[in-house]
Amino acid sequence: MIDRKDVEHVARLTRLALTEPELERMREQLNSILAHLDTLRAVPTEGVEPTSHAVDVVNVMREDEPAPCLPRDVALANAPDPSDGLFRVPRIIEE
Amino acid sequence: MSAAASRYETVIGLEVHAQLSTRSKMFCGCPTTFGAPPNTQTCPVCLGMPGVLPVVNRRAVEFGIRTALAFSCRVNEACRFARKHYYYPDMPKNYQISQYEEPLAEDGFLEIDVEGGARSIGIQRLHLEEDVGKLLHEGTLETAQASLVDFNRSGVALMETVSRPDLSSPAEAASYLRAFRSVLIFLGVCDGNMEEGSLRCDANVSIRPRGSAPLGTKVEIKNLNSFRNVQRALEFEVRRQAQALDAGERIVQETRLWEADRGYTRSMRTKEFAHDYRYFPEPDLVPLQIDRRWVEEIRAELPELPRAWRRRAVAQYGLPPYDAEVLTQSRALVDYYEAALRESSQASGAGTDRPKVLSNWIMSELLRVLPGDDERAIKSSPIPPRHLVGLLQLIENSTISGKIAKDVFQKMFDTGQDARTIVEREGLTQVADEGALGRVIDSVMAANPKAIEDYRRGKKEAKGALIGQVMKETRGKANPALVNRLLEDKLSQT
Repeated sequence: MIDRKDVEHVARLTRLALTEPELERMREQLNSILAHLDTLRAVPTEGVEPTSHAVDVVNVMREDEPAPCLPRDVALANAPDPSDGLFRVPRIIEE
Repeated sequence: MSAAASRYETVIGLEVHAQLSTRSKMFCGCPTTFGAPPNTQTCPVCLGMPGVLPVVNRRAVEFGIRTALAFSCRVNEACRFARKHYYYPDMPKNYQISQYEEPLAEDGFLEIDVEGGARSIGIQRLHLEEDVGKLLHEGTLETAQASLVDFNRSGVALMETVSRPDLSSPAEAASYLRAFRSVLIFLGVCDGNMEEGSLRCDANVSIRPRGSAPLGTKVEIKNLNSFRNVQRALEFEVRRQAQALDAGERIVQETRLWEADRGYTRSMRTKEFAHDYRYFPEPDLVPLQIDRRWVEEIRAELPELPRAWRRRAVAQYGLPPYDAEVLTQSRALVDYYEAALRESSQASGAGTDRPKVLSNWIMSELLRVLPGDDERAIKSSPIPPRHLVGLLQLIENSTISGKIAKDVFQKMFDTGQDARTIVEREGLTQVADEGALGRVIDSVMAANPKAIEDYRRGKKEAKGALIGQVMKETRGKANPALVNRLLEDKLSQT
């Protein structure tokens, strides 16, 4: 079971400022997701290797060849506060 | 040995991040040129746009394997990438693609030189990951209201190598980093440029009362970006921890930042949850299964590494260990030396100790005008190895004196021309013509009757003054041995 503290912890890690009602809603939703995982847990997995990928493919690599980049104005198009070709962000405060 | 060092044992492990010298980034095709205008080397992949797919750079994997083999690591049959989650504006995806449970390679070692011998330092693991962007601050760090982000570096291939806690002093840690850098440069996988951030180092350090078994609480120190800073920061930290233990305090497990300008480490006040990285397998990258034949191909092409070269240079060329050490400060310098030796063995005129003469000239003259640890500078030296050998030949066959040769060297460096061209154009050829020299000596003797008188009365040093006059008249071009012989002949005749 996920309690309020867990939700606050995860919200903090993902830099989400949740309101009281949102925290409660997330707690409920996360618990219902975990309940669904319990259903999956019922599947017998004895002797099955843990899997990280659904496709049976390995070694997808590319050659070390430089490719064209985005023009700078395009790269910065979604930046809320560009400054001299740089992304301007609020000052980082160490925690 | 300081007081702290005698009471406590120091235990240090280093984590080194090396930027791989690939032409494109780790997971996308953006170029990796250092110093490009901000945000001109980015694409949707390295900007962390939704829906993009990373693809592994084969050369980066090859470089990782090459390094792993040089450190005698076991290259794992299979490895996987993982997402490491944390929030920081220099990382647009809010996770870094790295390797966690299944790194590329494990369990190797690096031999380092320490006082009175060599030591083998364990290497725990070597893995591949991507670099993050670069943060610039508006104004000073203390007063900045905003940070500026350049994502050119975001996604550049990084190799992280974690040593075992086998280093027992700050000096050993610096020595490890030196040896490490030198191996990477010889392998051609990293340019080793610490000023440009191609090689960065974090340290884990703890102390424990001498002879006690359990390890002390370890502190991580970040921002150690030069050999000197590694040593200074660790010396500071060992002292700080010893003072704390002496005062009955406990060491707190934490991350500290080295403030190079101020000469101390300070706590980054990182809360514990910051280390909750929530690693999980990167779903966008399929696992790597390393083909054994590929590994063997890479092994077969491993170049000679610095320690092996030094041993061979001492045994085969008869170089003093010091010379060998100086020459291995970069791959380019060793290549330069080897090329000069080859030229020299093809060139005429033997009998002199060419290996040592060449290393003398490289150490005293070439490294006076070029930084020996700068690969690019040495590779593009205005005096190629062939020209250096040409200059030495002119000394050996008495065309010029060793003294004039140093001036010619400077002119070769300034103009890029070979020695013979300069010597002929500027008329620097040593006067070795007995008739011509004889006339100069006659006129010097005629102008200095007192010196001759002194010489005859037994003041032998008067001859030195006469030789000096002859050298002055010939602007240093006279062959000194010949001057000496001719002058003695003439003095004994009159």
